[in-house]
Amino acid sequence: MTTHAKLRLAAVAAALVALVAASGTALAQKKYDTGASDTEIKIGNIMPYSGPASAYGVIGKTEEAYFKKINAEGGINGRKINFVSYDDAYSPPKAVEQVRKLVESDEVLAVFNPLGTPSNTAIQKYLNSKKTPQLFVATGATKWNDPKNFPWTMGWQPSYQSEAQIYAKYVLKEKPDAKIAVFYQNDDFGKDYLKGLKDGLGAKASMIIIEESYETAEPSIDSHIVKLKASGADVLVNISTPKFAAQSIKKMSEIDWKPMHLLTNVSASVGSVIKPAGFENAQGIISAAYAKDGADPQWDNDPGMKKFFAFLEKYFPEGNKIDGSVVYGYGVAQTLVKVLQMCGDDLTRANVMKQAASLRDFEPDTLLPGVKINTSATDFAPISQLQLMRFKGEKWELFGDIMSGDVTN
Amino acid sequence: MSAAAEDAVTEAPAVEAVPKRAMTLGTGTSLAILAVLLIVPLFVKNFVAFQMTMVMIYGIAVLALNILTGGSGQFSLGQSAFYALGAYTSAVLMEIANVNYALTLPIAGLVSFGAGYLFGKPALRLSGIYLALATFALAVAMPQFLKLHFLEHWTGGVQGLVVIKPDAPFGLPISQDKWLYYFTLAITLAIYVGSVNLLRSRSGRAFMSIRDNEIAASAMGVDVAKYKTLAFGVSAGITGIAGGLSAIVVAFVAPDSYTINLAIALFLGMVVGGVGWLPGSFVGAAFIIYVPNIAESINKGLSGAVFGVLLFIVIFLVPHGARQVAIVAQQLIGKLRK
Repeated sequence: MTTHAKLRLAAVAAALVALVAASGTALAQKKYDTGASDTEIKIGNIMPYSGPASAYGVIGKTEEAYFKKINAEGGINGRKINFVSYDDAYSPPKAVEQVRKLVESDEVLAVFNPLGTPSNTAIQKYLNSKKTPQLFVATGATKWNDPKNFPWTMGWQPSYQSEAQIYAKYVLKEKPDAKIAVFYQNDDFGKDYLKGLKDGLGAKASMIIIEESYETAEPSIDSHIVKLKASGADVLVNISTPKFAAQSIKKMSEIDWKPMHLLTNVSASVGSVIKPAGFENAQGIISAAYAKDGADPQWDNDPGMKKFFAFLEKYFPEGNKIDGSVVYGYGVAQTLVKVLQMCGDDLTRANVMKQAASLRDFEPDTLLPGVKINTSATDFAPISQLQLMRFKGEKWELFGDIMSGDVTN
Repeated sequence: MSAAAEDAVTEAPAVEAVPKRAMTLGTGTSLAILAVLLIVPLFVKNFVAFQMTMVMIYGIAVLALNILTGGSGQFSLGQSAFYALGAYTSAVLMEIANVNYALTLPIAGLVSFGAGYLFGKPALRLSGIYLALATFALAVAMPQFLKLHFLEHWTGGVQGLVVIKPDAPFGLPISQDKWLYYFTLAITLAIYVGSVNLLRSRSGRAFMSIRDNEIAASAMGVDVAKYKTLAFGVSAGITGIAGGLSAIVVAFVAPDSYTINLAIALFLGMVVGGVGWLPGSFVGAAFIIYVPNIAESINKGLSGAVFGVLLFIVIFLVPHGARQVAIVAQQLIGKLRK
């Protein structure tokens, strides 16, 4: 081989190396799965806009408005979020149909915040087999924290069991000889919660002297409350949804029963539970929270809530700031935006899950100070902290430290 | 089209008298539709095949209601209960007893037939809206029944039961969805042909004579009690098979899937498709699946209201549902031929 030829070979080789290196970096810079491109990230969602749980539909609307805000501010690393949200009417078969439409027809990158335990159970296997993220599901069931069997599914809010464990801790500390009455809704929510309570009480689970369940179809739950009072219990753990929580608070006052009353966070809304039940009847009720209450004046000057109020004013004027669902939708949408930002230019489904599982001390604007989102490859429960609060006057007063109720499946 | 059928369209009694021949499509049309149903899935996405499968499944359930209402003149708002029974029978057999999915369907049908027959016995004493109310109670009770504690071991309680979706057999190179489409199509065909034959048989004539005039029927020697319960049982059995199919295709059963809303949707499907016109059942099923999606795309917040308006328009313009459209189309074609 002549020197000339050698040189030429070297030059060609160098050029090749340079080319490979260049394309290599280009590839590392930008990686896309279905649903992502240079200009757009397509996110799917299902919500009960109609049907028995349609009150939650406002969550989907809040999220849509939040992504509108993000897009108006330039999007995520220059990409706009295209939010496709369908109605599943809280029916599992409809949820399957709509999610398949999202994945196979709309070709979304991830399914975000689908609502309802039955609907999520129905789509979980499908999404995991399609290796599509089922990210930040809107249900408090504990089973979503199962990265080993369902690596594509992740929860967001504290699980019912986490919350119940916190109440158990509180009762054990404050009233170690309590006689506990449990009033719960006969469904996945009530039962999950009851399990958390029993787990939290551990060896002391025999402190529960009566368990009384009700069906959502019952027009009145008065007789249950009377029965619970007759049991002689001095602590009531009230695991009911808003309508029934309001009824029970009212009835307890009517029959003059005043146990230590622990009320699930699901029904802690001042506007839809406490006010209809009467402020005077709700004094001293204990609950737990992880998010700020839009109706509470103590947050009026909070920097996070100021951003939330500004968002409502500009992008979602019909949203009601005292509606817990609006606060919820904002927080969860902000978490998704954070994850997508962390993904950078590697918008693959695997990376979305990887980044979602690498959140460190992230604090959305609407969460209580000190409540932080932490996830890892083995911890798929983003929020597991809550703070206790007591109802006084016309609002909740937080007390004690931030408590953690980590539950793994 | 015979004069009798036209009369039936212009007058509107609660359940109009549909002559036997008017209950089905002509052979040519049927074969053409079948050919389309066989070919289309090859060219569409899996998701569309899945949706079409759901239309057929709901179609079977609407057809079952049509046999009961259009055939024997009895109302039922409780079809969701039999649908749930079939779905759970299939799901429990598949998941707990490891029975082959195809074998679970006849069992689901038999269980539902038994339940329907037994329910039909006392319900016989009721008629019209009272029967509708009794069946309504059944539909309301069913989801709660499925949550019962002592059944939880099998039913999974409120959490429901996840079912493993079957693959295509013999290593056929088609997707699960397309395989289930053809599987469902075969069963739908069998049930459709069976139903048409049932209504054309002696029993079918007995059903219709009861529908048209109960006293006259019994005077003619028709055992009214027997045929009424039989109609109930057959209808429940077919609904149960539809439920079983839905469990296999959706791969999940939960009490929330089978609320009274489902019973009302099936009833709606029957009215939109045309009471007593069997092919209309599938048009009605398509209506209850696709129209809510259309309503949603028009306005998300008001999807329920939009759906209501669309339904109102349909009922107002074509009170006899798809059957009326088909009759008009047939007359038009007939005129063009002249």
